[in-house]
Amino acid sequence: MPDIYLDNNATTKVDRAVVDAMLPFFTEQFGNPSSIHRFADGVARAIKKARGQVQELLGAEHDSEIIFTSCGTESDSTAILSAIKAQPNRKEIITTAVEHPAILNLCEHLEKEGYTIHRMPVDRCGRLNLEAYKNLLSDQVAIVSVMWANNETGTIFPVVEMAEMAHAAGVMFHTDAVQAVGKIPMMLQDTQIDMLSLSGHKLHAPKGIGVLYLRRGTRFRPLLRGGHQERGRRAGTENTASIVGLGKACELAIEHMEFENIQVKAMRDRLERGIVEQIPHCFITGDLNNRLPNTTDIAFEYIEGEAILMLLNKAGVAASSGSACTSGSLEPSHVMRAMSIPYTAAHGTIRFSFSRYNTMSEVDEVLKVMPDIVAALRKLSPYWDGNGPVANPEEAFKPTYA
Amino acid sequence: MWDYSDKVKEHFFNPKNAGAVANANAIGEVGSISCGDALRLTLRVNEASEVIEDAGFQTFGCGSAIASSSVLTEIIKGMTLDEALKVTNNDIAAELDGLPPEKMHCSVMGREALQAAVANYRGEEWKDDHEEGALVCKCFAIDAVMIEEMVWANKLRTVEDVTNYTKAGGGCAACHEDIEAILEKVLKERGETFDPNAAPIEKSIITAEKKPLTNLQRIKKIEEVLTSLRPQLMADGGDVELVEVIDNIAYVNMTGACNGCQMAAMTIAGIQQRLMEVLGEFIRVVPASQMPSKLVNIQEASHA
Repeated sequence: MPDIYLDNNATTKVDRAVVDAMLPFFTEQFGNPSSIHRFADGVARAIKKARGQVQELLGAEHDSEIIFTSCGTESDSTAILSAIKAQPNRKEIITTAVEHPAILNLCEHLEKEGYTIHRMPVDRCGRLNLEAYKNLLSDQVAIVSVMWANNETGTIFPVVEMAEMAHAAGVMFHTDAVQAVGKIPMMLQDTQIDMLSLSGHKLHAPKGIGVLYLRRGTRFRPLLRGGHQERGRRAGTENTASIVGLGKACELAIEHMEFENIQVKAMRDRLERGIVEQIPHCFITGDLNNRLPNTTDIAFEYIEGEAILMLLNKAGVAASSGSACTSGSLEPSHVMRAMSIPYTAAHGTIRFSFSRYNTMSEVDEVLKVMPDIVAALRKLSPYWDGNGPVANPEEAFKPTYA
Repeated sequence: MWDYSDKVKEHFFNPKNAGAVANANAIGEVGSISCGDALRLTLRVNEASEVIEDAGFQTFGCGSAIASSSVLTEIIKGMTLDEALKVTNNDIAAELDGLPPEKMHCSVMGREALQAAVANYRGEEWKDDHEEGALVCKCFAIDAVMIEEMVWANKLRTVEDVTNYTKAGGGCAACHEDIEAILEKVLKERGETFDPNAAPIEKSIITAEKKPLTNLQRIKKIEEVLTSLRPQLMADGGDVELVEVIDNIAYVNMTGACNGCQMAAMTIAGIQQRLMEVLGEFIRVVPASQMPSKLVNIQEASHA
């Protein structure tokens, strides 16, 4: 059996139709869309078409609200830095404790420059407290940045409602929707969301292309100044082939939206049900009733995630983990810590994320290997004895430094 | 994913001595569950000869933690306790054909479990003298706590000082922003302010020579620099010797733990950087094994 790829929240395979759409733009359609001659015509038209395709997937009102960037991180940085530059008197930013590092590390840096960062906590299911959020909103806040869906657990935040609350308080609202776009339907023109980030490679377009959605009328300051590309809001010669590819990928995402939410979800549900039924002492993290259809994050207690991934990899299965070791840091995933998942479980979290390329037989294959992998590692664990955890695990094994 | 050696993978996929030893009379439990690595080492020690007759491990941790535990039990079985106490974390890493810098702490955990088990057998209390912080310099595996302590202890003021005292920042230089942040913090606590242009405290060694050097002067200077770096290398169980200098190329032999260590290349880069600072001219440091064979017989040279 060929290797099974269940790490689609990390990145996805570029769709064949996307590659085919892109190829002419490396060779015969190589012109600079800003030029006057006929080499440019087709390229400029192709970019316009792609802009329309992105607009349709997002449900944006105008195609000029779509700004092509290099990646999700650039879109995030542009949004937040624009908001604070445009409103220099506002010195607070509201975000959440479970954002992607693209937001959190930028906020940490701004904190050093004197900004007050409100990182809203989440409960054990990864949910926000909207009452507390309401109390944070004030005329001191430059921007609220809240992810649409969490990359580790798939938990969806009520961004539409939160954007309305922000607007009612006169505050700008940005959402990092890198994981949500293409997986759940959206209609931005019916919302109060001012800015939204997306990343091509999460929806079967190539790496190195992203979008910042910027609602018409939202005050904006560019990150990159220079040429007139993207109406002067993001200077730099267009990544034409990738823009065309992203457009095609958005068109395909609309076509597959139903498949994603029915068949892909069925695969995810079968996998997590099978695992929880077969393997003792494991649980699904996040808000089970309000998640992306393709993501499941399962904590296997008393063992460590990188070791699980290495054994999965040997069995031909690709997934990812929230353990400290996989990132080389000293703490398990900040998302797991924010949900107060105990250390003995947080280090053993494995995320399986599906795409439309997966099949039910792959799910069965994973269900075949998973119980043995977990059992093999538990045999090595100081918290495990025979068929179950030792009595009072946290008391029975207390290593010297903590 | 990490670039693990085949030895690490072998010990991870087929761990030796997994599980607790029956009738163990020495037990060491170390690690930190918040960091995701913890190890219980159980030994059966012959009370007459103090020979370790059996060793077993139980590890909560990643691939390299399990591999380090496994290889440790293999190394120490049959040793006396005194012999076993001489096993360093570098011995463990070397037996695994090296570990990535971010994973060196797994070998440290192995050595500490061993010390804790021996202390337990002898009825002593083992005290951990090691506090680990976030990894700052990935080239030389130096963490934030170590840098902070050195900045405090030696009143360091600049990134260059930190590099001279800890090696941190002496490789790819990507961590200089983080080192500056540590300096800023500690200097503030000391009531000073961080000035990126402050003179380094070790001024005398670093002053560059103005006139072009003769080859003899060059060799003498290189020897001086190597001598000044030697304590750091020996602290890691390694050493360096100068084999030959041809034009602006210094050929060296890395010995001890440096030999074959994954960080040898970075160490060489660090030495080269330091030589260029002191000599004030371009110097390339190259392993003696890459010396043109026509010029010198490597075997003879390395034993000269």
